[in-house]
Amino acid sequence: MSAFLALLKRDLMLSVRQGGALGTALGFYMLVVTLLPLGLGQDLNLLSRIAPGILWIALLLAALLSLGRVFSSDHEDGTLDVLATGRMPLEMVVGAKALAHWISTGIPLALTAPVLGLMLNLDIAVYPLLMATMLVGTPAVSFIGAVGAALTLRSYRGGLLIALLVLPLYVPTLIFGMAAVNGLLGVSGTSAAMLILAALSLTSVVLCPFAAAAALRVQMQ
Amino acid sequence: MQLVAENLVLERGNRKVANDVSFTLEGGSGLVLTGPNGSGKSTLLRALAGYLRPASGSVRILDVSGSNGGTGESCEVGEVCHFVGHLDGIKSHLTAAENLTFWATYLSDKADSGHSVAHRVYDALEVFALDALADIPAGYMSAGQKRRLGLARLLVAHRPLWLLDEPTVSLDTGSADILVKAINRHLRDGGMAIVATHLPLAIEPARGISLVRKEAQA
Repeated sequence: MSAFLALLKRDLMLSVRQGGALGTALGFYMLVVTLLPLGLGQDLNLLSRIAPGILWIALLLAALLSLGRVFSSDHEDGTLDVLATGRMPLEMVVGAKALAHWISTGIPLALTAPVLGLMLNLDIAVYPLLMATMLVGTPAVSFIGAVGAALTLRSYRGGLLIALLVLPLYVPTLIFGMAAVNGLLGVSGTSAAMLILAALSLTSVVLCPFAAAAALRVQMQ
Repeated sequence: MQLVAENLVLERGNRKVANDVSFTLEGGSGLVLTGPNGSGKSTLLRALAGYLRPASGSVRILDVSGSNGGTGESCEVGEVCHFVGHLDGIKSHLTAAENLTFWATYLSDKADSGHSVAHRVYDALEVFALDALADIPAGYMSAGQKRRLGLARLLVAHRPLWLLDEPTVSLDTGSADILVKAINRHLRDGGMAIVATHLPLAIEPARGISLVRKEAQA
């Protein structure tokens, strides 16, 4: 357990020291959300209706940006080889790194959403629920993304390939994330969608480390 | 402890790089791998560490310590080895001490519980003459200093088996002596070391295995 915490702490420390990953993700998130109203026009009713969808999709794209570095920076400097020795299984290494990605990217993106919601004329009453769905749904984003990052570890231009591999797998998270928000807006039940969203996240937290570790073992040969 | 490799056949991209390698390494002894570029030294080390699955044959660690011949149980080599490859495994945004503290915590074992992490890190830095650089980010270090920092990892956590792939690359002669001393001390304490090298290193007691380059096979 101390090895798991040490790795988690190191990854969080590196994400603070390097700085670039979170800054890029947040900047991208803000730009996408800023550009969309400019393209869609000034219909405030339209904007507030589609705002949760815009925020969710932009969050997925922004989180993707930093996924490529989850394993590749450790692979390039030889750290991954050493992490694979030692008593902690590779599955736990993946778990620690995906958890660090969620804490350093998923949570800040979710917390930024209300600020951007202002620009989209989103009803203030929706903010807490929107943030809750994002906090519950983003672990799936990081853990499923880790599988894509592991599969594309040694491929040239892996970043684009990750998007192709991983975005389709985000569909369930997006659907139920939106369903939970729309429940408050009076379309369907919120709690059922929220529970399914939590189940998606928990399932990916449990299963994805095994898939990603298997992919890493092949890539490290 | 005993490392047993039996009839190892290793392939890289359908090309055989090692054919039928067998050896037994007892605790307290070293093995020096020599051979020209492309003869399979790195591949053999990666296979021993468990990164590369052999096409056939096996690698095992047997516990034969103690008067009754030990438990005779075998375990994964990856769990009991230090692997130092061509890359140092050093984060350039962390200082030397932070890098080693991470590895000391991550790799620490039951055998290390006698000393605190800070103590082990300080000792390792001192052995490799890095104590003056402890608070400098590794990104500002020279290639040789980074190499020493990578090698200092060997000392912050106990592992019976050291797998070293050309550890003297970019080291000056003084640092290479420090490394050889560290390896010999490890062997005296009953450890094992397998070193791939092009330089003659004074590792005692050590046997040698010389690998030859295979021609490409269709």
